[in-house]
Amino acid sequence: MNSFIQSDLSLILPEIFVLSMAMIVLMTDLFIKPSMRWIIFALSQFALLGGAYLTGQHFNHETEFAFSNMFVRDGLADLLKMMSYLGTSLIFFYSRSYMNDRNLYHGEYFSLVLFALLGMMIMISSHNMLLVYMGLELLSLCLYSLTALDRDNQKATESAIKYFVLGALASGLLLYGMSMIYGATSSLDLNVISIALLNHPTDHAILVLGLVFVVAGLAFKLGAVPFQMWVPDVYEGSPSSIAILISSVPKLAAFAITVRILGDGLQSMMADWKQMILIMAVLSIGIGNVIAIAQTNIKRMYAYSTISHIGFTLFGFMSGTLNGYASSLFYVVSYMFMTLVSFAVLMMMSRKNFECETLEDFKGLNKRNPWYAFLMLITMLSMAGIPPTIGFYAKFMVLQAAFDAGFANFVVYAVMMALVGMFYYMRIVKLMYFDEPKLKNKLDVSIDMQWILSANASALLIIGLMPHSFMDATAQAIALSLH
Amino acid sequence: MIEFKDFVFYVLSLVLISSGLSVITSRNPVTAALSLVLAFFNAAGIWLLLQAEFLAIVLVLVYVGAVMVLFLFVVMMLDINLDKLREGFWDYLPMAGFIGLLMMVEMVMVLKTKPFNLAPITESISNTSNTEMIGNTLYSNYVLPFELASVVLLIAIVSAIALTLRDRKDSKKTNPADQVAVKRQDRVRIVRMKSEEKYIKSKAKKRT
Repeated sequence: MNSFIQSDLSLILPEIFVLSMAMIVLMTDLFIKPSMRWIIFALSQFALLGGAYLTGQHFNHETEFAFSNMFVRDGLADLLKMMSYLGTSLIFFYSRSYMNDRNLYHGEYFSLVLFALLGMMIMISSHNMLLVYMGLELLSLCLYSLTALDRDNQKATESAIKYFVLGALASGLLLYGMSMIYGATSSLDLNVISIALLNHPTDHAILVLGLVFVVAGLAFKLGAVPFQMWVPDVYEGSPSSIAILISSVPKLAAFAITVRILGDGLQSMMADWKQMILIMAVLSIGIGNVIAIAQTNIKRMYAYSTISHIGFTLFGFMSGTLNGYASSLFYVVSYMFMTLVSFAVLMMMSRKNFECETLEDFKGLNKRNPWYAFLMLITMLSMAGIPPTIGFYAKFMVLQAAFDAGFANFVVYAVMMALVGMFYYMRIVKLMYFDEPKLKNKLDVSIDMQWILSANASALLIIGLMPHSFMDATAQAIALSLH
Repeated sequence: MIEFKDFVFYVLSLVLISSGLSVITSRNPVTAALSLVLAFFNAAGIWLLLQAEFLAIVLVLVYVGAVMVLFLFVVMMLDINLDKLREGFWDYLPMAGFIGLLMMVEMVMVLKTKPFNLAPITESISNTSNTEMIGNTLYSNYVLPFELASVVLLIAIVSAIALTLRDRKDSKKTNPADQVAVKRQDRVRIVRMKSEEKYIKSKAKKRT
């Protein structure tokens, strides 16, 4: 029995800082006037900045473990945490005026998002099934209540209930799978599990049973077919400022636990989970892209687009090589930046008492404001995977990894499905540039949002033009973490 | 000859299984909830036989003492129309039964293969009670998940309040700061006007 020591605490300093700041935000909100809410906004941004500073101090250090090997800090964890801070910070900027208009701009919003971030950080750094589950619950509980935050909105409440019930079921599946694996290997520690699996692979049936449930639970959290039912309903029902959160940063954490559990802990069962991931990837790309065509609600369309992007991410993952994991990591991070812009434009076009959510609302955006139409154009091109945007390289690397692993047939299929997907992304471009605007009012956007949105969208183009340093960073993070 | 310990085990398990069955078969939800309480008590008894006294106590305190009482309150307060709940039971039974049977067969096929090769539990590890042992592990090896569990509870509180607390429109609450800061102009309106001569004249006429 070894108790924790100071070095353990110094490793989780970023987590401790974010947690304390979340509580400070919660308490500060009680004592300030509604007109002084900018203080909370500033405190939340400070929490992210401080977390980034504390994480950056050890950036790309060697792998270190803490709390009896439960918590790990390595290249993958550092990179994903940095991206999570950045994504959350952008979400705070983008949702500011949207939440203000809907009277949701309270301290609870900020502290719940920070708590969700804490859950994601724990997931990213966990090296023990128990900690994976704790982080996941921390994140999911925050997301459920954030979805219902607009409590007089019937649609939001309905989608929150759906999300909660299905999410609880998925957590149960995941836990059941973990308990089976614990039964077969008598450990929850991912290192011990991988060693135990190498030494006596006898209880294969029980392990596969556990694996099936674990993969199902992970697939639900990622939103992959056939566990995708919640995604469109939750996106459509929740306020855009919450949908942007659900669709972006948590995918990084879900990717991290997938890599850690399947790629690290259950590495020697790769032959078994490869098939499951393959089926999910193929179905996700197909169903996501085809059903997205039929959507008139733009948030539902984004939801199906998310499903297809998750399919592509799994495509790289199923190759089971370090190169494949790195390409998936690259994909999921670039997807996060794309989806942030796409939802931010939605929020920007919404006003008090007006929700921009149908395709019609995009008509003639070019005539109303050419610059935002251009930003949206970059994002749509990037999502469709057209060079020279970041989306092209992400798709290219993922498909190359799958091709190298011998999935040539499926690569052809994926490319064809990407072409199908091109249709609904280009439809938005057509609506923006070639149709007459239905809404004539001027877009009233705050100056900070203008700059940050422009920077975010142009990053899609700039990283797309010179993707090598970013690719190297992801490859290095994976190489440092998985051996 | 059956040992006393075995005898107690069989009695507890029999009551546990029958009360478990009555949870899902009884028509009255209050009876079902009370049967669940009985099932928890018997499960706690079985844990006591296994010398897991901490788990047994926690089960009785948390589930019987808190969760089930709360559940009973809810069941009694909500007027649940049972006939509506049972509607379509027979329509869905074949499909549900088929899926249930399929899952059971699969589980049995998997679980039958081999028992888990866990290390056998050594009898009485030390003289300390297992409450103390659990406490020691919880605050040393498992301190991080333990602390995170407290954060999860905090989130539950925060989101419960955020989702349900609202100002009632008919509430008569007052803000003391507003009361202190009140000025004369807010309460009394002084109107400058001429005295009404007509009225005075008419009164004077009447007197004469």
